[in-house]
Amino acid sequence: MSELTRLSAEEIARRVQAREVSSVEVTRAHLDRIEAVDGGLNAFLHVDRDTALAAAEAVDAEIASGTVRGPLAGVPVAVKDNIATKDLPTSCASRILEGWRPPYDATVVRRLRDGGLVPLGKTNLDEFAMGGSNENSAFGAVRNPWDPSRVPGGSSGGSAAATAAGEAPLALGSDTGGSIRQPGAFTGIVGVKPTYGTVSRYGLVAFSSSLDQIGTFGRSVLDAALLHEVIGGHDPADQTSIDAPLPPVVEATMAGARGDLAGVRVGVVRELSGEGNQPGVLTAFTDAVRVLTDLGADVVEVDCPSFTYAVPAYYLIAPSEASSNLARFDAMRYGLRVGDDGSHSTDEVMSLTREAGFGPEVKRRIMIGTHALSAGSYDALYGRAQKARTLIVRDFAAAFEHCDVLVSPTVPTTAFPLGERVDDPVAMYLADLCTIPTNLAGNAALSVPCGVSSDDGLPVGLQVMAPALADDRAYRVAAAYELARDTSSGTPFAATIPEPAVLETSS
Amino acid sequence: MSDITRSDVAHLARLARLAVTDDELDVFSGQLDAILDTVDRVSEIPDDVPPTSHVAPLTNVLRPDEPAPSLTREAALAGAPEAEEGRFRVPRILGESQ
Repeated sequence: MSELTRLSAEEIARRVQAREVSSVEVTRAHLDRIEAVDGGLNAFLHVDRDTALAAAEAVDAEIASGTVRGPLAGVPVAVKDNIATKDLPTSCASRILEGWRPPYDATVVRRLRDGGLVPLGKTNLDEFAMGGSNENSAFGAVRNPWDPSRVPGGSSGGSAAATAAGEAPLALGSDTGGSIRQPGAFTGIVGVKPTYGTVSRYGLVAFSSSLDQIGTFGRSVLDAALLHEVIGGHDPADQTSIDAPLPPVVEATMAGARGDLAGVRVGVVRELSGEGNQPGVLTAFTDAVRVLTDLGADVVEVDCPSFTYAVPAYYLIAPSEASSNLARFDAMRYGLRVGDDGSHSTDEVMSLTREAGFGPEVKRRIMIGTHALSAGSYDALYGRAQKARTLIVRDFAAAFEHCDVLVSPTVPTTAFPLGERVDDPVAMYLADLCTIPTNLAGNAALSVPCGVSSDDGLPVGLQVMAPALADDRAYRVAAAYELARDTSSGTPFAATIPEPAVLETSS
Repeated sequence: MSDITRSDVAHLARLARLAVTDDELDVFSGQLDAILDTVDRVSEIPDDVPPTSHVAPLTNVLRPDEPAPSLTREAALAGAPEAEEGRFRVPRILGESQ
C-alpha cells in the first residue's frame, strides 16, 4: 500500500495544492490500490483509469498556472453507482440498467468536477439502494475490509469498503434508511446523512423520494465535512432542495476539534441504547458516552417511545414510494428489454423485462408497495405509516427541545457474516433500527467510529443525530469525540483499519 | 395478521408488471407474509394522528416559465433499447387477444 493511499483527503489536498505531489500521482496510487485489492473486495463496478488520470492531469495543470478550484482540488473520490455520471456507466447494481450511460451528470458530480475532485469510478451497492448488506447487488456482494467473510453493510457498501480499504480517500453514498451511516459503522469510517433537502438529488436514481439523501464518507470527520461543503447547497434542478445556506459543517468540525463540549446537551435515546444491542456494541457505545461527558457535555437520557414504529413505518413508506418510482423501468426508454420478438405486446415485454431485470429484494419491495397503496389496504397500511411518521417527528421535536444532539449506537450489531440474513428479509430490516428515525424526520445524522466490539474485534459506530439544518452540531460533537478517542488510544482509528491482505491474493 | 397467498402474489405481480415464476410465488408469499406481519404494528396508531407525507419545508416549488435547452434527440435516444427514425421503437401495443 502506497503511503499516498493512507493520507487523509485534507492532507492530499494540501500536498497537491502546494505542488509537493501531483494529483496524477495521487490518482494513480489509488487506481493501483484498486487494482491490487478490489478483486477481493468488489467495491467498484466501473473504473476508468484513463478518464480519471486525464481529470487529474487537468487539475495539475490548473494548479501549476495558479488556479485552485476549491479546498479539495486534486483529491480522488469514489461515487456510488446510483448517482448519474456522464462519462461512466450508472447501473444501480441492477441488470435492468446494466451498461446505461446517463446523458447528464448529477448535480453533486458536477460540483465534484467544478471543485477539482477526481472521480475514480462507481461503487457497488444493494440493487437500487435496497438493502443493508450489499448482498442484493446483481454484480456480486462487497466484502468487508476488516473481515472478508463479513458484509460491509449497505446499501452504500462499495463506497464504505473503498474508503476503509484506501481505494479512495472519500466517497459519495446515498442514505434512505441508514445506507451511509450503517456501512460507515460496519467498516470503521465516518458516514454522514445530511439534512433532507440540503444536498441536491438531481441525478440520484430515485428509490424513496421523501427519504433519499446523498451524503459523504471519509476516514475522518473533517474529510467528510470538507466533501459535504463541496456537494451541498441549494439546487434549482431539485424541487425538494432547500433554499437556505448550508450549515457551517467545516467550521463546526474545527470548533469540535478544540476538544471542548462544555454546555452541549447530549440526549441518549433510551429506546435505541438498551439490551437489544450486541453486548460489545453497547460497551463501546457506553464508553463513547463517557468520553462525551469527560469533554464537558451534559448527558441525559431521553425517551422517544414512537421510535419503535420506525421500522414498520419505513418498510411501508419506502416500498410504496419505490413501487411508484421504479415504474419508470418499462423497457421502452432506457435499460434492458426482454421478449421483443414480435410475438409479445408492450405490456408483456414490460413484465418479462422487469422479471428478468430486477433482483428478489427489489421485486419484494415493489410488491409490498403495490399492496400498501392498493385501494383495500391504503388506509390500513400506507396511511397508518404516515401517521407513525408524525409521531416520530414529534418525538424528535420534543427531545430537541432540551437536547442539542441525540446519540445511539449506529447499528445494534457489528458486521454480520455474508449469507446470514439473505433469506430472512425481516432480520435484514432490523439492521436499520437506529438509523431509520432520522430519515423519517428529515434530520441530520452521522456515524463516527467508537472503537471495536470486545466480542468480535469489529468496528462500532456512534450515531450523532441533530435537528434539521443543524448538521453542524453533529459534526462538532463527532470531531470532539474523534480527537479524544485518538488521543486516548495513541493511534488514529483510521490507521487501525486492517490491511485486507487475504484479499490481495484473490482476483 | 396478514395472510398472503400465492394468488395474492400473482395479483400483485400482475399489477406491478412482474412476470414472476411459479417458484417465486411460493417464496414471495411466505416472505411478503412475514414482512406484512412485521409492519402491521402501525395499526396500533390512533386515528386522530395526522399523516406526514414528506418533511421538506416547501410547497409548490415552481420555476419561471422560460424556455431552456433540453437534451438533444440523439442524447435522449442514446440509452433506448430500440430506436428507429429518431423515435423510441416499442413493441405492438395490443396483445394477441385484444
